[in-house]
Formats: sequence, structure tokens, C-alpha cells
Amino acid sequence: MTEPINLENKNTEATVETHEEISHEATLYAEPIGHIGPLPVTNALFTTWLVVALVIIFSVVLRIKMKQIPKGIQNFFEFIIDGAMNLADSVTGDKKITAKVFPLAFTIFIFVLINNWFGILPLGGFGIIEMTEHGKAFIPFIRSGTADINTTLALGLVAVIGSNVFGILSIGVWKMFNKYVNLKAFGEVIKKVRKEPAILISAPIMFFVGILELVGEFAKIASLSFRLFGNVFAGEVLLMAMGAILAYILPLPFIGLEIFVGLIQAFIFSLLTLVYFTIAATDHDAHDEPARPPVTGSGGKHTEHEHSSKVVHAT
Amino acid sequence: MELAPLAKALAIGLGAIGPGIGIGMIGSKAMEAIGRNPEASGKVFVPMLIASAFAEAIAIYALVIAFSIK
Repeated sequence: MTEPINLENKNTEATVETHEEISHEATLYAEPIGHIGPLPVTNALFTTWLVVALVIIFSVVLRIKMKQIPKGIQNFFEFIIDGAMNLADSVTGDKKITAKVFPLAFTIFIFVLINNWFGILPLGGFGIIEMTEHGKAFIPFIRSGTADINTTLALGLVAVIGSNVFGILSIGVWKMFNKYVNLKAFGEVIKKVRKEPAILISAPIMFFVGILELVGEFAKIASLSFRLFGNVFAGEVLLMAMGAILAYILPLPFIGLEIFVGLIQAFIFSLLTLVYFTIAATDHDAHDEPARPPVTGSGGKHTEHEHSSKVVHAT
Repeated sequence: MELAPLAKALAIGLGAIGPGIGIGMIGSKAMEAIGRNPEASGKVFVPMLIASAFAEAIAIYALVIAFSIK
């Protein structure tokens, strides 16, 4: 008598299991939700387009409605831009560099910030159900663009290659080349070897440091892109895990944390972009010539800067 | 026995120790500096963030390795 009941139980269990197999797993890569010709459109790509469209529409509307006397939302953004400009000035230590690099850094900030926050929006319910080899799988439309390694890698490449191009434009090809492949150090051996023989030892070291800087450029790309990707993706996995443990209540503080992490990561990415651009625009030999004003944000210059501004305020 | 979950846990667990200590030290030193000279908090903040970002990057490498272990 017991056997058929058991069988029935097993049967219902099996049906329940097949129903529950429509599950979503946080995958390391973005999942495709459609195709445009041969190009698979992943959910991260879709979200990125959405963000780009939003930013463009918003800024165009803001630009059209711009007035001499700021009001409302324009006032708010002018306040933000002003604060960010001051911060960028304190990082670069030079208004000219800030004026050149700030647009790129702030654009990256806005793009990364909105992308990070899109992943936390409660839009995860919209998506498609697709058949995979493991059964049915739910694929949401919205996934932070920055939770896809391709996006962050592209951003990191833009930042590092851009900084090198900026360095070439500001200090010249030859000086930039000597930062990485230090031929100048060997050239100085011939000039100075009579006066100071120690240069025979220091020149190869200088050359090796240049090679290290070349490796460092690739490490910059890796750390920029993996930091952003790791943080945002780990945040998504964290929220999902917390939602699975105890829905609605437990994820709340973590959503707050993720909003904060999204802001901090966007800030760090743009800040590091600024720092890389500033370093690239700095001549290594500048500190040998005291006649030239220091380009980097050294402590002494800041105090001087602030002092002069205070004097201006006082008068 | 399945060793992959253990490898993942070890990768991120061991990899987070160093950066954790590092970020703690950066934070404590920054607090100390701000405590000594509260007016400099604005100047301490940005280098502190940059330094902790560099320290954190190492934990992120471990995280990526943990994710990529199959």
C-alpha cells in the first residue's frame, strides 16, 4: 500500500523540481537576450545603451534649458560640477591639466555611476526565459554594464591609452618614450662618466625602472577594470545571496551598501583616471630644474595655492 | 571529493587577509592624521581613497581568481 503513495510523492516532487528549474544564476559573463544580425546583444550591453541614451537625452535637455541664472536642477548640477572641479584641481595641482582632463574623468564618473546604480534598480523581474542545457533559465534585461568585464576593460583601456596619448601631447614623444625605454639614461653615461663614475651602475637601474613602468601600464589596465568589475559583480552576487536567505528584510542594508559602493567605485575610477593623466603629463626630470614650477600636486604648492586664494578672499 | 569550492573559498579568504590589514592601516593612519590636524581632512581624504583603492585591488585579483576557478 505504501509503495504507490511513495511513487506519487516522488512524482509530485519531480514536477515541482522541473517547475523550480526556471532559476537565475549569477553568471560571470553577461547573457545574451537577443541578436542584431550576427551580434549577440547581452543584457549588460542593453543596459549600457539605456544608460548612454539616458545621459545623452538628459544632458541635451539640460543644455537647451540652460539659463544665465541657474535654477532648480541646473543649480544642482552646477554645484556638483563646481565641487568636482575643485577636487580635480587638488588632484592635478594645475588648472590647465584639469581643464583638459576633467571632461573625460567626469563623463566616466557619470557613466560608471549610473551603470552601477542601474544594477540595483528593482527591475530584475523583467526578462526572458530561455532553454539552456541545464533546463529553463531566467535572463533579466537589466544587468549593470559595469558588471561585465568587457565594459570595464574598455573603460580601463580608454583611461590608460588616453593617459599615454595625453602624455605624448603634453611632454612630447621622446620624453614619453624614455619613461618606458630609458635610452636617455645610457646617453648620459657617455656625457657624465668622467665626472661621476657611479652612473655606470645607476644607468642600468634606471633602464630597468623604465621597463617596470611599462609593465605597470598593463597592471593599471588590469587593476582598473578588475576592481570595478569585481566590486559591482560581487555586489550583485551578494544581493542575490541575501535575497535568497531572507527576502525583503535582509537585503535592505546591503542595498544601501551597494549604493555607497557604486558611488565610491565610480569616484575611484574617475579619480585614478585623473591621477594617471596627471602622472603622464608630468616630466620625470622636472624636479632637476628648480626654475620650473612643479606640475604635480605636491604639498608645498597646495598650501601656497590656498594661501593666495585666502589672501584674495581677504582683500 | 569536490575540491573546487574549497579552492574558491581559500583563494578569496587568504587573498582578503592582506588587503584587509592594509586598508585597516591606511584608515587608522588617516584617522590619526585627521585627529592631529582636523583642517587637513580634505587633503587626507583623496590620497587615502587612492591608497585604499590600490590595496583593495589585490583583494579584487583574488576575487576574480575565486570566480574563475571552475
